[in-house]
Amino acid sequence: MMEEEEAEESPPLSPSVIEGTEEVTPPLSVSPSTIRVTEAAQDGELLTFIIVSQKLSGTGEYHVDRTYEDFDWLQQHLFSLEDVPGIQGIIFPPLPARAQQNAPVKLVRQLGLLATGETWTPYCRALGAYLQQVAGHSLLSRTQHLETFLTSPEPPGRQKVKKGLFNRLSQAVEGIRKGRPHQGTEDVDDFFRTEREHNLSLTGLSRAAAERFLEVVQTEQKIAVACGHFAASLQLCVEAGDDPGQETFSKMCVKISEIMESMKKNVQKVAENDVTTLGLGLDLECRYQEAEKEMLFRRTCKLVELETASRNAERAKPLKKAAMDGDQKAAEKDFEQVSVVAKQEVARVQRARVAVLRQALVRWCELQILTATSSAEQWNQQLLAFRGPARGPGPSS
Amino acid sequence: MDFVPCPLCLTSLLVPPFFLFPLQTTLAMFRTKTFTVRRRFSDFLGLYEKLTEKHAPNGFIVPPPPEKSIMGMTKVKVGKEDSSSGEFVERRRAALERYLQRVVCHPSLLQDPDVREFLEKEELPRAVGTQALSGAGFLKMLNKATDAVSKMTIKMNESDVWFEEKLQEVEAADQQFRKLHGMVESLVVHRKELSLNTACFSKSVAMLGSSEDNTALSRALSQLAEVEDKMEQLHQEQASCDSFSFAELIADYIRLLGSVRGSFDHRMKAWQRWQDAQTMLQKKRESEAKLLWANKPDKLQQAKDDIAEWEAKVTQYEGDFDRVSSTVRKEVVRFEVNTHIVLQRSPRAQPLIKYWDAFLPEAKAIA
Repeated sequence: MMEEEEAEESPPLSPSVIEGTEEVTPPLSVSPSTIRVTEAAQDGELLTFIIVSQKLSGTGEYHVDRTYEDFDWLQQHLFSLEDVPGIQGIIFPPLPARAQQNAPVKLVRQLGLLATGETWTPYCRALGAYLQQVAGHSLLSRTQHLETFLTSPEPPGRQKVKKGLFNRLSQAVEGIRKGRPHQGTEDVDDFFRTEREHNLSLTGLSRAAAERFLEVVQTEQKIAVACGHFAASLQLCVEAGDDPGQETFSKMCVKISEIMESMKKNVQKVAENDVTTLGLGLDLECRYQEAEKEMLFRRTCKLVELETASRNAERAKPLKKAAMDGDQKAAEKDFEQVSVVAKQEVARVQRARVAVLRQALVRWCELQILTATSSAEQWNQQLLAFRGPARGPGPSS
Repeated sequence: MDFVPCPLCLTSLLVPPFFLFPLQTTLAMFRTKTFTVRRRFSDFLGLYEKLTEKHAPNGFIVPPPPEKSIMGMTKVKVGKEDSSSGEFVERRRAALERYLQRVVCHPSLLQDPDVREFLEKEELPRAVGTQALSGAGFLKMLNKATDAVSKMTIKMNESDVWFEEKLQEVEAADQQFRKLHGMVESLVVHRKELSLNTACFSKSVAMLGSSEDNTALSRALSQLAEVEDKMEQLHQEQASCDSFSFAELIADYIRLLGSVRGSFDHRMKAWQRWQDAQTMLQKKRESEAKLLWANKPDKLQQAKDDIAEWEAKVTQYEGDFDRVSSTVRKEVVRFEVNTHIVLQRSPRAQPLIKYWDAFLPEAKAIA
């Protein structure tokens, strides 16, 4: 059956795919590619996610339960990591938006493809992908926080996150939202100039594609519902009776109702395939582009800082000159580090997203072919059954 | 009733500014001669008018023709060449063919000289008075007629419970079919929506593909856009298929049920006539009695004869109706839902598989 063919044996987004052929040696005690968010349990409004990962030592598994707050905690801690040179140049693995039961319309729209369907499965997969990306990142996976998140039986403490870098990062994000003039700053580096333009266009286009795809999926779901209603209505037409004409008619209604039911299941499966493969892929692509946009913005801010520091150093009075020069040198070093990391990250993400999309497209194709083949088979059978015994009166009045 | 093989074949032919429907008939009663005549849409409506006038009051269920469609015809007359106008003509042709088949399969109607003339005669006089069937549509007209009749205070003493039951069945069937029709229409709307959305998605994927640096991914995305384009076509076809096979047939039956209701109404009218006749008879008897008293025998006899004849005729009619209604009702119950519908359902899967199969290698080729 189709269910067995589903990607439960291999996770849809494995870090080896995402990270290319990088060797990863984190102090993490679990194997990144085995991290899975297996289910979402609901308790009133609260959603709790079960996360499973295999120990590297091969001696067993970790099962932990976490809420979205815990994920957020992890992400904030990653933003505020110290002793990571050029951290501002990192394209942070994008965390999906918060999901909740009976969410307001705005939140549902934010979640987009992840909120379609009856279950939380697509959302869980997206969360799992996020964790795998973090665990597979050479710089980010070394944090104790990740280890705690994945292995500690108690949820990580919901303490206040340290100030500092985090604040500046969030300011940068705010800056993007408010459309600060920094975005128009000319870049000193050709690579980044091109990259910024490219990223800008891809962000818009991938968002558009994801939204159109969501509309397709939603329409498929409507069709499934309509088929179901039709099947139910046909069942209501069935009546017991002596009249042979009535009997034939009733039999007909039952058969067509069955066919409509199988149509409904087919369309539902098609929609499900859409979401779990290409849907997730497009959604991740969007979030990747957004994450890169934020990184590029941070780097631009650094550039502005550098330019300001240089101007200050130039204009400084002799008394302050040394200090200003020092500042300028620090800013320069910072900016260079960020740019180095940024370049690496851009390349990493480029490899990752291409791999993600490839896998998504291939898997999408395969699943749809399976669904179509199995449906065609079923319909052929039903058609034969229909034509066979029911050789009633043909097109009469 | 035995299965009667279809003796008719209706095609369509555009002779601007009209559409003609060349009709080929091979009927046993014509001694294996095959006739081919050309008929216009208004000719079909004219035939219905004549048949209704003659036979409906006798309780026959005269099959209704397809509705006039001003929008559809205008498009065609203007010569708008698009898929929807082609579809419209095909739908009309199929509907007219089904209509004729019903007429021809009705043993009594087949005997009617107007029907013979319709099938045989080269040139028919231009049908007039077909305006009644345009505008709001046949269904609405029937609704109004039925409402009007039920508002008439005909309190009929139903002696035969069969009719009461049947009428309830017909009304229930009518409701069911209208509901089904609504469902099918909704399904068609959604499929058309899917077609549109697929087209939009295809365009956005194409744009994404052309902005993509990685050549293999770019090519794959372009291919995907093409596949989605083809899917859009498929969805469109499926939508018109559903519409064609399901919706049209259900609409046919809703109209037919309207005719059945009409026959019940005629029966009621006949009953009313009968009642009126009886009242009249009573009056005549009273006046006869008066005349007897006044001693005028010659006028008397005539009155008596008239009345007796009249009463007998009406009683005969009612019996007739019962018989006819019963027979025709049985015909209608054997609905045509069978063959046409299901056959259209399944073929869609095959082309789908072909498209996916073609796309898969492209997707895999992305490095």
